[in-house]
Amino acid sequence: MEQLGFFTILFSAVFTNNILLTNYLGMCSFLGCSREIKTALGLGTAVSFVTAATSILNWLVYAYILVPFDLVYLRFIVFIVVIAAFVQLVEMIIERVSEPLYNALGIFLPLITVNCAILGVSLFMVIRNYTFWQAFGYGLGAGLGWALAILAMAGIRQRLAQRSRIPRGLEGPGIALIIAGTMALAFMGFNGMVSLN
Amino acid sequence: MTAKRNWTVFKENLGTQNPVFVQVLGICSTLAVTNVLRNTLVMCLGLVFVTALSNLTLSLLRNRIPPRIRMMVEVLVIACMVILVDIYLKAFYPDISRQLGPYVGLIITNCIIMGHAEAVALTNPPLISFVDGLSAGIGYSYVLLVIACVRELLGTGAIWGLPLLGPNWTNWSVMVMAPGGFFVLAVFIWIIKGWVMRPARKAGA
Repeated sequence: MEQLGFFTILFSAVFTNNILLTNYLGMCSFLGCSREIKTALGLGTAVSFVTAATSILNWLVYAYILVPFDLVYLRFIVFIVVIAAFVQLVEMIIERVSEPLYNALGIFLPLITVNCAILGVSLFMVIRNYTFWQAFGYGLGAGLGWALAILAMAGIRQRLAQRSRIPRGLEGPGIALIIAGTMALAFMGFNGMVSLN
Repeated sequence: MTAKRNWTVFKENLGTQNPVFVQVLGICSTLAVTNVLRNTLVMCLGLVFVTALSNLTLSLLRNRIPPRIRMMVEVLVIACMVILVDIYLKAFYPDISRQLGPYVGLIITNCIIMGHAEAVALTNPPLISFVDGLSAGIGYSYVLLVIACVRELLGTGAIWGLPLLGPNWTNWSVMVMAPGGFFVLAVFIWIIKGWVMRPARKAGA
Protein backbone atom coordinates (compact mmCIF):
# COMPACT_ATOMS: atom_id res chain seq x y z
CA MET A 1 0.00 0.00 0.00
CA GLU A 2 1.33 3.42 -0.87
CA GLN A 3 1.90 5.92 1.92
CA LEU A 4 -0.93 8.38 2.11
CA GLY A 5 0.10 11.99 2.63
CA PHE A 6 -1.13 14.36 5.32
CA PHE A 7 -3.70 16.15 3.15
CA THR A 8 -5.00 12.98 1.54
CA ILE A 9 -5.71 11.51 4.94
CA LEU A 10 -7.21 14.75 6.15
CA PHE A 11 -9.53 14.92 3.15
CA SER A 12 -10.62 11.33 3.34
CA ALA A 13 -11.22 11.50 7.08
CA VAL A 14 -13.60 14.40 6.50
CA PHE A 15 -15.47 13.04 3.49
CA THR A 16 -15.02 9.40 2.55
CA ASN A 17 -14.42 7.96 6.00
CA ASN A 18 -16.42 10.35 8.11
CA ILE A 19 -16.04 9.14 11.66
CA LEU A 20 -19.68 9.73 12.47
CA LEU A 21 -21.43 8.65 9.32
CA THR A 22 -19.35 5.60 8.43
CA ASN A 23 -17.95 4.54 11.80
CA TYR A 24 -20.88 5.61 13.99
CA LEU A 25 -18.65 7.19 16.59
CA GLY A 26 -19.74 10.05 18.79
CA MET A 27 -23.41 9.29 18.29
CA CYS A 28 -24.57 10.13 21.81
CA SER A 29 -23.60 13.76 21.76
CA PHE A 30 -24.45 13.93 18.07
CA LEU A 31 -28.06 13.04 18.82
CA GLY A 32 -28.17 14.93 22.09
CA CYS A 33 -26.63 18.27 21.12
CA SER A 34 -27.76 18.80 17.55
CA ARG A 35 -30.93 20.79 18.07
CA GLU A 36 -29.35 24.20 17.58
CA ILE A 37 -26.63 25.39 15.24
CA LYS A 38 -24.93 27.41 17.97
CA THR A 39 -24.52 24.46 20.30
CA ALA A 40 -23.42 22.25 17.43
CA LEU A 41 -20.78 24.74 16.40
CA GLY A 42 -19.37 24.96 19.93
CA LEU A 43 -19.23 21.23 20.35
CA GLY A 44 -17.84 20.68 16.86
CA THR A 45 -15.00 23.12 17.45
CA ALA A 46 -14.15 21.57 20.80
CA VAL A 47 -14.17 18.05 19.35
CA SER A 48 -11.96 19.01 16.38
CA PHE A 49 -9.43 20.62 18.66
CA VAL A 50 -9.34 17.74 21.12
CA THR A 51 -9.15 14.97 18.48
CA ALA A 52 -6.30 16.73 16.69
CA ALA A 53 -4.34 17.27 19.91
CA THR A 54 -4.99 13.87 21.50
CA SER A 55 -4.13 12.00 18.31
CA ILE A 56 -0.68 13.55 18.49
CA LEU A 57 -0.30 12.97 22.22
CA ASN A 58 -1.48 9.39 22.05
CA TRP A 59 0.72 8.70 19.05
CA LEU A 60 3.76 9.91 20.98
CA VAL A 61 2.81 7.97 24.08
CA TYR A 62 2.18 4.84 22.04
CA ALA A 63 5.36 5.01 19.98
CA TYR A 64 7.76 6.11 22.70
CA ILE A 65 6.37 4.58 25.87
CA LEU A 66 3.98 1.70 25.21
CA VAL A 67 5.82 -0.03 22.37
CA PRO A 68 9.38 0.14 23.79
CA PHE A 69 8.26 -1.08 27.22
CA ASP A 70 6.00 -3.77 25.77
CA LEU A 71 2.87 -2.36 27.41
CA VAL A 72 0.66 -2.28 24.35
CA TYR A 73 -2.14 -4.18 26.08
CA LEU A 74 -2.54 -1.24 28.46
CA ARG A 75 -3.38 1.12 25.61
CA PHE A 76 -7.07 1.48 26.46
CA ILE A 77 -6.34 2.72 29.96
CA VAL A 78 -3.46 4.93 28.88
CA PHE A 79 -5.35 6.52 26.00
CA ILE A 80 -8.42 7.32 28.04
CA VAL A 81 -6.30 8.78 30.83
CA VAL A 82 -4.36 10.93 28.37
CA ILE A 83 -7.62 12.17 26.87
CA ALA A 84 -9.22 12.90 30.24
CA ALA A 85 -6.12 14.66 31.52
CA PHE A 86 -5.78 16.70 28.35
CA VAL A 87 -9.40 17.81 28.45
CA GLN A 88 -9.06 18.78 32.09
CA LEU A 89 -5.92 20.77 31.30
CA VAL A 90 -7.51 22.57 28.37
CA GLU A 91 -10.49 23.44 30.54
CA MET A 92 -8.25 24.99 33.19
CA ILE A 93 -6.16 26.91 30.66
CA ILE A 94 -9.19 28.28 28.85
CA GLU A 95 -10.76 29.33 32.13
CA ARG A 96 -7.64 31.33 33.02
CA VAL A 97 -6.94 32.82 29.61
CA SER A 98 -10.27 33.64 28.08
CA GLU A 99 -13.50 34.07 29.97
CA PRO A 100 -15.83 34.29 26.92
CA LEU A 101 -14.28 31.25 25.29
CA TYR A 102 -14.66 29.37 28.56
CA ASN A 103 -18.31 30.25 28.73
CA ALA A 104 -18.78 29.14 25.15
CA LEU A 105 -16.78 25.91 25.24
CA GLY A 106 -16.72 25.19 28.95
CA ILE A 107 -19.89 23.19 29.16
CA PHE A 108 -18.90 21.01 26.23
CA LEU A 109 -15.49 19.99 27.46
CA PRO A 110 -16.56 17.41 30.06
CA LEU A 111 -18.86 15.87 27.44
CA ILE A 112 -15.86 15.27 25.25
CA THR A 113 -14.07 12.90 27.59
CA VAL A 114 -16.84 10.38 27.09
CA ASN A 115 -17.21 11.01 23.38
CA CYS A 116 -16.28 7.77 21.69
CA ALA A 117 -15.04 9.57 18.58
CA ILE A 118 -11.97 10.81 20.44
CA LEU A 119 -10.93 7.42 21.75
CA GLY A 120 -11.91 5.91 18.39
CA VAL A 121 -9.48 8.14 16.53
CA SER A 122 -6.62 7.03 18.77
CA LEU A 123 -7.52 3.37 18.36
CA PHE A 124 -7.91 3.56 14.58
CA MET A 125 -4.58 5.30 14.38
CA VAL A 126 -2.89 2.43 16.20
CA ILE A 127 -4.65 -0.29 14.23
CA ARG A 128 -3.75 1.29 10.90
CA ASN A 129 -0.10 1.90 11.88
CA TYR A 130 -0.08 5.58 11.02
CA THR A 131 3.08 7.64 11.04
CA PHE A 132 3.14 10.85 13.07
CA TRP A 133 1.90 13.12 10.28
CA GLN A 134 -0.71 10.64 9.15
CA ALA A 135 -2.00 10.40 12.71
CA PHE A 136 -2.22 14.16 12.98
CA GLY A 137 -4.01 14.43 9.62
CA TYR A 138 -6.42 11.71 10.61
CA GLY A 139 -7.13 13.25 14.00
CA LEU A 140 -7.75 16.70 12.59
CA GLY A 141 -9.79 15.37 9.68
CA ALA A 142 -11.93 13.16 11.88
CA GLY A 143 -12.68 16.10 14.16
CA LEU A 144 -13.56 18.39 11.26
CA GLY A 145 -15.69 15.67 9.68
CA TRP A 146 -17.57 15.20 12.91
CA ALA A 147 -18.08 18.95 13.22
CA LEU A 148 -19.36 19.10 9.63
CA ALA A 149 -21.82 16.30 10.24
CA ILE A 150 -23.21 17.75 13.46
CA LEU A 151 -23.52 21.22 11.92
CA ALA A 152 -25.44 19.89 8.94
CA MET A 153 -27.64 17.90 11.28
CA ALA A 154 -28.34 20.92 13.50
CA GLY A 155 -29.27 22.98 10.45
CA ILE A 156 -31.70 20.35 9.24
CA ARG A 157 -33.23 19.83 12.65
CA GLN A 158 -33.72 23.55 13.24
CA ARG A 159 -35.72 23.80 10.04
CA LEU A 160 -37.54 20.60 10.77
CA ALA A 161 -38.68 21.83 14.17
CA GLN A 162 -40.27 24.91 12.61
CA ARG A 163 -42.40 23.52 9.89
CA SER A 164 -42.81 19.82 9.69
CA ARG A 165 -45.11 17.24 11.17
CA ILE A 166 -43.30 14.13 12.28
CA PRO A 167 -45.06 10.90 13.25
CA ARG A 168 -45.30 10.60 17.04
CA GLY A 169 -43.06 7.56 17.34
CA LEU A 170 -40.32 9.12 15.27
CA GLU A 171 -39.98 12.36 17.20
CA GLY A 172 -36.57 13.09 18.70
CA PRO A 173 -33.97 10.39 18.17
CA GLY A 174 -35.93 8.49 15.54
CA ILE A 175 -36.06 11.27 13.00
CA ALA A 176 -32.48 12.26 13.81
CA LEU A 177 -31.35 8.75 12.93
CA ILE A 178 -33.24 8.86 9.64
CA ILE A 179 -31.58 12.18 8.78
CA ALA A 180 -28.21 10.74 9.74
CA GLY A 181 -28.87 7.75 7.50
CA THR A 182 -29.73 10.00 4.59
CA MET A 183 -26.60 12.04 5.22
CA ALA A 184 -24.56 8.85 5.30
CA LEU A 185 -26.05 7.92 1.90
CA ALA A 186 -25.07 11.32 0.55
CA PHE A 187 -21.54 10.98 1.89
CA MET A 188 -21.24 7.59 0.20
CA GLY A 189 -21.10 9.60 -3.01
CA PHE A 190 -17.53 10.50 -2.06
CA ASN A 191 -16.56 6.83 -1.93
CA GLY A 192 -13.90 5.71 -4.33
CA MET A 193 -11.98 8.97 -4.20
CA VAL A 194 -9.66 7.85 -1.44
CA SER A 195 -10.09 5.07 1.04
CA LEU A 196 -8.51 4.48 4.42
CA ASN A 197 -8.06 0.99 5.72
CA MET B 1 -38.18 -8.27 49.18
CA THR B 2 -34.81 -7.75 47.56
CA ALA B 3 -35.55 -10.53 45.11
CA LYS B 4 -38.65 -8.66 44.03
CA ARG B 5 -36.73 -5.41 43.67
CA ASN B 6 -34.06 -7.14 41.63
CA TRP B 7 -36.73 -8.51 39.34
CA THR B 8 -38.28 -5.06 38.89
CA VAL B 9 -34.93 -3.54 37.98
CA PHE B 10 -34.34 -6.40 35.58
CA LYS B 11 -37.67 -5.92 33.82
CA GLU B 12 -37.34 -2.14 33.61
CA ASN B 13 -33.95 -2.33 31.99
CA LEU B 14 -35.29 -4.67 29.36
CA GLY B 15 -38.43 -2.68 28.69
CA THR B 16 -39.49 0.76 29.85
CA GLN B 17 -35.98 1.89 30.78
CA ASN B 18 -34.21 0.17 27.89
CA PRO B 19 -30.88 1.87 27.26
CA VAL B 20 -31.12 1.75 23.48
CA PHE B 21 -34.62 2.67 22.39
CA VAL B 22 -35.75 4.67 25.40
CA GLN B 23 -32.64 6.48 26.55
CA VAL B 24 -30.77 6.28 23.21
CA LEU B 25 -27.43 5.70 24.89
CA GLY B 26 -24.36 3.86 23.80
CA ILE B 27 -25.38 3.19 20.26
CA CYS B 28 -22.12 4.72 19.09
CA SER B 29 -19.65 1.93 19.08
CA THR B 30 -21.99 -0.88 18.36
CA LEU B 31 -24.15 0.10 15.42
CA ALA B 32 -20.97 -0.51 13.48
CA VAL B 33 -20.79 -4.19 14.33
CA THR B 34 -24.43 -5.05 13.66
CA ASN B 35 -23.88 -5.92 10.02
CA VAL B 36 -22.90 -9.50 10.84
CA LEU B 37 -24.79 -11.45 13.49
CA ARG B 38 -21.77 -13.37 14.76
CA ASN B 39 -19.73 -10.25 15.49
CA THR B 40 -22.74 -8.67 17.16
CA LEU B 41 -23.17 -11.61 19.48
CA VAL B 42 -19.53 -11.49 20.54
CA MET B 43 -19.71 -7.75 21.08
CA CYS B 44 -22.90 -8.11 23.15
CA LEU B 45 -21.41 -10.81 25.35
CA GLY B 46 -18.41 -8.59 25.92
CA LEU B 47 -20.63 -5.68 26.82
CA VAL B 48 -22.77 -7.70 29.23
CA PHE B 49 -19.61 -8.94 30.93
CA VAL B 50 -18.26 -5.43 31.29
CA THR B 51 -21.46 -3.75 32.51
CA ALA B 52 -22.25 -6.47 35.03
CA LEU B 53 -18.78 -6.76 36.51
CA SER B 54 -17.89 -3.08 36.50
CA ASN B 55 -21.15 -2.30 38.28
CA LEU B 56 -20.41 -5.02 40.83
CA THR B 57 -16.84 -3.83 41.39
CA LEU B 58 -17.76 -0.18 41.69
CA SER B 59 -20.55 -1.00 44.08
CA LEU B 60 -18.15 -2.94 46.29
CA LEU B 61 -15.75 0.00 46.22
CA ARG B 62 -18.38 2.68 46.55
CA ASN B 63 -17.67 3.66 50.15
CA ARG B 64 -13.96 4.00 49.51
CA ILE B 65 -13.98 6.15 46.39
CA PRO B 66 -13.39 9.85 47.07
CA PRO B 67 -16.14 11.78 45.25
CA ARG B 68 -13.72 14.14 43.53
CA ILE B 69 -11.99 11.47 41.51
CA ARG B 70 -14.92 9.11 41.05
CA MET B 71 -15.06 9.57 37.28
CA MET B 72 -11.44 8.57 37.01
CA VAL B 73 -11.97 5.48 39.14
CA GLU B 74 -15.04 4.51 37.14
CA VAL B 75 -13.17 4.79 33.87
CA LEU B 76 -10.23 2.81 35.20
CA VAL B 77 -12.41 -0.05 36.48
CA ILE B 78 -14.31 -0.18 33.20
CA ALA B 79 -11.10 -0.06 31.19
CA CYS B 80 -9.69 -3.00 33.17
CA MET B 81 -12.75 -5.09 32.33
CA VAL B 82 -12.48 -4.15 28.68
CA ILE B 83 -8.83 -5.14 28.60
CA LEU B 84 -9.81 -8.58 29.91
CA VAL B 85 -12.37 -8.95 27.11
CA ASP B 86 -9.89 -7.72 24.52
CA ILE B 87 -7.12 -10.09 25.59
CA TYR B 88 -9.56 -13.01 25.72
CA LEU B 89 -10.82 -12.32 22.19
CA LYS B 90 -7.30 -11.91 20.84
CA ALA B 91 -6.29 -15.23 22.36
CA PHE B 92 -9.26 -17.39 21.40
CA TYR B 93 -11.03 -15.64 18.51
CA PRO B 94 -8.34 -13.69 16.68
CA ASP B 95 -10.34 -13.33 13.45
CA ILE B 96 -13.38 -11.87 15.22
CA SER B 97 -11.10 -9.62 17.22
CA ARG B 98 -9.63 -8.28 13.99
CA GLN B 99 -13.05 -7.71 12.42
CA LEU B 100 -14.30 -5.86 15.47
CA GLY B 101 -11.27 -3.60 15.25
CA PRO B 102 -11.34 -0.71 17.67
CA TYR B 103 -14.91 -1.30 18.76
CA VAL B 104 -14.03 -3.61 21.63
CA GLY B 105 -11.89 -0.85 23.10
CA LEU B 106 -14.70 1.59 22.56
CA ILE B 107 -16.84 -0.28 25.09
CA ILE B 108 -15.00 1.96 27.57
CA THR B 109 -16.69 5.08 26.31
CA ASN B 110 -20.06 3.40 25.95
CA CYS B 111 -22.38 5.74 27.79
CA ILE B 112 -24.59 2.93 29.09
CA ILE B 113 -21.83 1.58 31.28
CA MET B 114 -20.78 4.98 32.55
CA GLY B 115 -24.41 5.95 33.13
CA HIS B 116 -25.22 2.87 35.15
CA ALA B 117 -22.00 3.07 37.12
CA GLU B 118 -22.77 6.67 38.00
CA ALA B 119 -26.49 6.32 38.66
CA VAL B 120 -26.73 2.90 40.26
CA ALA B 121 -23.46 1.36 41.33
CA LEU B 122 -22.24 4.28 43.43
CA THR B 123 -25.36 4.41 45.56
CA ASN B 124 -26.58 0.83 45.79
CA PRO B 125 -25.43 -2.44 47.38
CA PRO B 126 -23.49 -4.91 45.22
CA LEU B 127 -26.18 -7.46 44.35
CA ILE B 128 -28.69 -5.02 42.95
CA SER B 129 -25.96 -3.17 41.07
CA PHE B 130 -24.86 -6.41 39.51
CA VAL B 131 -28.42 -7.23 38.46
CA ASP B 132 -28.82 -3.73 37.09
CA GLY B 133 -25.63 -3.93 35.05
CA LEU B 134 -26.47 -7.39 33.79
CA SER B 135 -29.96 -6.44 32.70
CA ALA B 136 -28.87 -3.18 31.10
CA GLY B 137 -26.40 -5.22 29.09
CA ILE B 138 -29.05 -7.75 28.11
CA GLY B 139 -31.56 -5.03 27.25
CA TYR B 140 -28.99 -3.53 24.98
CA SER B 141 -27.96 -6.85 23.48
CA TYR B 142 -31.35 -8.07 22.36
CA VAL B 143 -32.03 -4.84 20.48
CA LEU B 144 -28.69 -5.12 18.72
CA LEU B 145 -29.27 -8.77 17.88
CA VAL B 146 -32.61 -7.94 16.28
CA ILE B 147 -30.99 -5.15 14.26
CA ALA B 148 -28.15 -7.45 13.25
CA CYS B 149 -30.60 -10.13 12.05
CA VAL B 150 -32.47 -7.64 9.89
CA ARG B 151 -29.32 -6.12 8.45
CA GLU B 152 -27.57 -9.39 7.72
CA LEU B 153 -30.70 -10.97 6.25
CA LEU B 154 -31.49 -8.09 3.90
CA GLY B 155 -27.88 -7.24 3.17
CA THR B 156 -26.55 -10.69 2.37
CA GLY B 157 -29.64 -12.91 2.22
CA ALA B 158 -28.30 -15.03 5.02
CA ILE B 159 -28.27 -15.26 8.81
CA TRP B 160 -25.16 -16.54 10.55
CA GLY B 161 -23.84 -17.49 7.09
CA LEU B 162 -26.89 -19.66 6.36
CA PRO B 163 -28.52 -18.55 3.10
CA LEU B 164 -32.21 -18.20 3.92
CA LEU B 165 -33.65 -16.18 1.08
CA GLY B 166 -32.69 -18.45 -1.80
CA PRO B 167 -30.59 -17.86 -4.89
CA ASN B 168 -32.94 -15.35 -6.52
CA TRP B 169 -32.55 -12.83 -3.72
CA THR B 170 -30.79 -9.60 -4.66
CA ASN B 171 -28.66 -8.31 -1.82
CA TRP B 172 -29.51 -4.91 -0.44
CA SER B 173 -25.88 -3.97 -0.03
CA VAL B 174 -26.76 -0.69 1.62
CA MET B 175 -28.01 -2.63 4.64
CA VAL B 176 -24.55 -3.84 5.58
CA MET B 177 -23.08 -0.41 4.95
CA ALA B 178 -23.33 2.59 7.24
CA PRO B 179 -26.72 4.09 6.22
CA GLY B 180 -28.49 0.76 6.76
CA GLY B 181 -27.63 0.80 10.43
CA PHE B 182 -29.17 4.23 10.94
CA PHE B 183 -32.34 3.32 9.07
CA VAL B 184 -32.91 0.00 10.79
CA LEU B 185 -32.43 1.51 14.24
CA ALA B 186 -34.74 4.41 13.37
CA VAL B 187 -37.47 2.06 12.17
CA PHE B 188 -36.98 -0.09 15.25
CA ILE B 189 -37.43 2.93 17.53
CA TRP B 190 -40.45 4.00 15.51
CA ILE B 191 -42.13 0.63 15.86
CA ILE B 192 -41.42 0.40 19.57
CA LYS B 193 -42.48 3.95 20.39
CA GLY B 194 -45.40 4.07 17.99
CA TRP B 195 -47.04 0.74 18.57
CA VAL B 196 -45.57 -1.14 21.48
CA MET B 197 -44.99 1.55 24.09
CA ARG B 198 -48.01 3.76 23.44
CA PRO B 199 -50.75 1.34 24.59
CA ALA B 200 -48.72 0.64 27.71
CA ARG B 201 -48.52 4.34 28.49
CA LYS B 202 -52.28 4.75 28.09
CA ALA B 203 -52.97 1.85 30.39
CA GLY B 204 -50.59 3.31 32.95
CA ALA B 205 -52.15 6.77 32.84
